[in-house]
Amino acid sequence: MVEIGHFALVLAFALALIQTIVPLVGARIGSDRMMAVAAPTAITGFALTALSFAALMVAYAGSDFSVVNVWENSHSLQPMIYKLTGTWGNHEGSMLLWVLILAFFGALVAAFGANLPASLKANVLAVQGSIGVAFLLFILTTSNPFTRLIPAPVEGRDLNPILQDLGLAVHPPMLYLGYVGFSICFSFSVAALIDGRIDAAWARWVRPWTLVAWIFLTGGIAMGSYWAYYELGWGGFWFWDPVENASFMPWLAGTALLHSAIVMEKRSALKIWTLLLAILTFSLSLLGTFLVRSGVLTSVHAFATDPSRGVFILCILLFFIGGSLALFALRASSLTAGGLFQPISREGALVLNNLFLTTAAATVLIGTLYPLALEAVTGSKISVGEPFFNLTFGPLMVPLLLLVPFGPLLAWKRGDLFAAAQRLMAAFGAALLAALVTLFLIDGGSALAAFGAGLAVWLILGAATDLAMKSGFGSVAFPIMLRRFIGLPRSVFGTALAHAGLGVTLIGMVGTLNFGEEHILTMKPQQTVEVAGRTVRFDGIQPMKGPNFNEDRANFQLVNAGGQVTGTINSSKRFYPARQMPTTEAGIKTIGFSQLYIALGDESADGSVVARIWWKPLVTLIWLGGLVMMVGGAVSLADRRLRVGAPARRKSKPAAVASAS
Amino acid sequence: MTMRRFFAGLILGLALLASGSAFAVKPDEMLSDPALEARARSLSAGLRCMVCQNQSIDESDADLARDLRVLVRDRLKAGDSDKQVIDYVVSRYGEFVLLKPRLEWRNALLWGAPVLLLLIGGAFMLRSARRPKAKEMAGLSADEKARLDAILKRD
Repeated sequence: MVEIGHFALVLAFALALIQTIVPLVGARIGSDRMMAVAAPTAITGFALTALSFAALMVAYAGSDFSVVNVWENSHSLQPMIYKLTGTWGNHEGSMLLWVLILAFFGALVAAFGANLPASLKANVLAVQGSIGVAFLLFILTTSNPFTRLIPAPVEGRDLNPILQDLGLAVHPPMLYLGYVGFSICFSFSVAALIDGRIDAAWARWVRPWTLVAWIFLTGGIAMGSYWAYYELGWGGFWFWDPVENASFMPWLAGTALLHSAIVMEKRSALKIWTLLLAILTFSLSLLGTFLVRSGVLTSVHAFATDPSRGVFILCILLFFIGGSLALFALRASSLTAGGLFQPISREGALVLNNLFLTTAAATVLIGTLYPLALEAVTGSKISVGEPFFNLTFGPLMVPLLLLVPFGPLLAWKRGDLFAAAQRLMAAFGAALLAALVTLFLIDGGSALAAFGAGLAVWLILGAATDLAMKSGFGSVAFPIMLRRFIGLPRSVFGTALAHAGLGVTLIGMVGTLNFGEEHILTMKPQQTVEVAGRTVRFDGIQPMKGPNFNEDRANFQLVNAGGQVTGTINSSKRFYPARQMPTTEAGIKTIGFSQLYIALGDESADGSVVARIWWKPLVTLIWLGGLVMMVGGAVSLADRRLRVGAPARRKSKPAAVASAS
Repeated sequence: MTMRRFFAGLILGLALLASGSAFAVKPDEMLSDPALEARARSLSAGLRCMVCQNQSIDESDADLARDLRVLVRDRLKAGDSDKQVIDYVVSRYGEFVLLKPRLEWRNALLWGAPVLLLLIGGAFMLRSARRPKAKEMAGLSADEKARLDAILKRD
């Protein structure tokens, strides 16, 4: 099976070469037969990559330690779920997942793009294939997961214990679906540049793909944030770590792309900018892959001593980013700019959105790369950390979030700012009230917290205002309004949900950062501590045994005034013998939207333990907000299916269309 | 567990060596004066643990981070101002310890970029927003007028 997987991967590489060259030449010379090669090779290439991935997974499931990759990252005693997720819990396997998802998106275009113009489809698949060529070659030459080990060891070295978590099952696949999903937008852009034209069909195609990638990237980032929060043991939800930034930059650019693609689709304006943004978004994905994969983040020197992988990805990066931007510089002038609009209009608002989002993405980019660049150029080392990003990124987000509710209320082409402001008066009043309540009625409310709370309410009610106005609130009778509300296009709901989701996330941040409690103390058995009006009792530590680890589990009880136990929290310290590695598992109790979070420190011989106990008010809203944004995206995507000119959706769900029409 | 190890494990899939145990600030390090301790915490959050990646000494469990935390608290007890403490730590460990780089010429691009980009983008936006207005005002070209007349005559 392992050899089959290896062979399939080599075949997939060969097919990707064909998928790149033949359709490209075919589109050039106008040969239909050559262009028609693209779709079947893309689909077969995906099938082969999937077979290869499945082969690796089978090796992991069966603990086949004759494969180096399995030996290095698995253990026979691991629970099956972690054996399976271990497939992508390492460099080689995760690159294979990357390529699998790339091929998957290519196959989707091939399968459902029957009514795309033939030359566009051929070019898109050729570009997608070329990315596949580069990364398959990277895997086969520098990161082959199928390398054998003879003689095979009896036992494996275990998956990194930190990764033995359900988070690994969800986070990387989702993140990659987002990250790599933007490759389709990239391929469409480059194909348009090769073709030298973009039309309405182009925009209709690109927007749903952007939306799909954006939904997954949003989920991947939110999931990663929650995973880091509970796994790291000090309760932060975002660290501005370069690795996090690597996924956040494509999200910022992708969000901008999502909005400019709307302008392009509805009003055929901003064509050239949208095209550039699509290229930049995937370039940031590639850059993220480079930063994370090359080891350049750990140290410039580590990169210099073992550069084979890093240099390879750097070459891929330069080729695709440089190549696409050069093509853009050459061809962009031949594309015609479309639709006109006044500065105060829906288009104008979306342009502002793009201005702030791309500046924010650039700020994160510069903050992430500046220390590397400075060290490489001058040799002096500086650090760019959380305080920098809070000071620069924060102020960029404030005007953007303030403007969000205005956007959907402005008309296309020529909007009425005064009318929009009038409609938002109620939302503004409520936001002001929320700010005042936070400032004066809640303990510890600072001016910043009040502003944050107000802004959050502004976002949520602003989104609600849009829905209310579009259903004719105040001008028609209630039953008619209700009927209109139900009849609103789904994309209107999608927009409102996504914008409200931002507000929900913001509430979570404001609550956690401003109104939390932290207690650091040494607790003896039976000792109690008051946390946010609740009594927490430490009941001692018990040794436990897991499948492939030993743990010391500390018992904490939530007790009420009568001394009755109302809840239990277990925090533990684990030791994984295979890797000789300790981990800590934080104990978390969710109460409403808030959480009580207990992390363990050192224990003493007398049975006492150092405990760090947090009360994190409304913290779960941070990630629930992300979920709301995802739902918003999904609802908006559903809208596409019912629309004429959304070819992929109609083809993929013929039943849905039939029942709807 | 250090953050770097987590993220390295998370995305790189590399097994970095384990070091130390659970978490950062320990009860025995903390100052009895809550105001002083609060200052120590906020100062620590801005100082980098030099053997970690992108992690403040307040969050790190490394021995060096502990030494620095104790150092910060010693200076505070001796009556230093926040600025004096930071200057002292920088004089011993270099600018690398600052998670927020100073406003200096060599960091001009870093701090200036957001403002600069916003201004350039904004200027570009305004310019392109004005242009179509002028076009619209210009009305129909002679060619367009001729075509319109032709269409109207047809009816």
